[in-house]
Amino acid sequence: MQENRTGRTASVVSELESTLDSVDVAEEIVTIAARELGFAEDDQYRIGMAIRESVVNAVVHGNCYSRNKKVRLGVRKDADRLTITVADEGKGLDLASLPDPLATENLLNQSGRGIFLIKAFMDEFEVRKLEPIGTEFKLVKYLDRKL
Amino acid sequence: MSVKLTTRKVGDVTVIDSAGRITLGEGSSIFRDTIRGLAAKGDKKLLLNLADVSYIDSSGIGELVSAFTTVTNQGGQLKLLGLTKRIQDLLQITKLYTVFEVYEDEATAVRSYS
Repeated sequence: MQENRTGRTASVVSELESTLDSVDVAEEIVTIAARELGFAEDDQYRIGMAIRESVVNAVVHGNCYSRNKKVRLGVRKDADRLTITVADEGKGLDLASLPDPLATENLLNQSGRGIFLIKAFMDEFEVRKLEPIGTEFKLVKYLDRKL
Repeated sequence: MSVKLTTRKVGDVTVIDSAGRITLGEGSSIFRDTIRGLAAKGDKKLLLNLADVSYIDSSGIGELVSAFTTVTNQGGQLKLLGLTKRIQDLLQITKLYTVFEVYEDEATAVRSYS
């Protein structure tokens, strides 16, 4: 784990194994950061859930549980926001190809709600393709905005 | 803590009391196996009590949907009881509140099957 503090900004980067245990670890790291930054309990829960879904995506769909691939979790605390990055070493994700989970024909699908929940619970969500391989999710939650 | 499920009969309704977390991994598979087992046994009136479920993720929501379709396809009914505010919110934003019959009170829920 690497930590960096500059003025009122603090950031931590962790490298996690591609296992479901890492999902719990990431959720705990980020929930603690959200609490330290002053987010209310409901927002801590929403942020934790968004991170959980992001890391599940990285472990399951990105790295396919590979022992040789890592999930890189970045947590940055600024005075007004929490920024989290989750990067995998997978082939990439095409957001446009994901079915809309709210469409009537998809309502009873068993899966496909993870990205939707991330978007619903965070203020900003970006997906970036990494070179030479991998995908990075960037999630931002501001302290003074309500869901 | 993963999910813990216990079943009991109230008349001809099978109430499944759930406690803990329904998340990807062990929690989801325990949940899936229990519901499929009850449906395979021929239980047609299932009431899922989620009052003590502290957390549910998108995989857990998927398991609820899967349980609903499994039971419905076998001619049964799966209804929900005792949703926490957070689970209620999750079902609302995913539009699944329109799919499930949801009750706050067990006696009312049990009567609704007849």
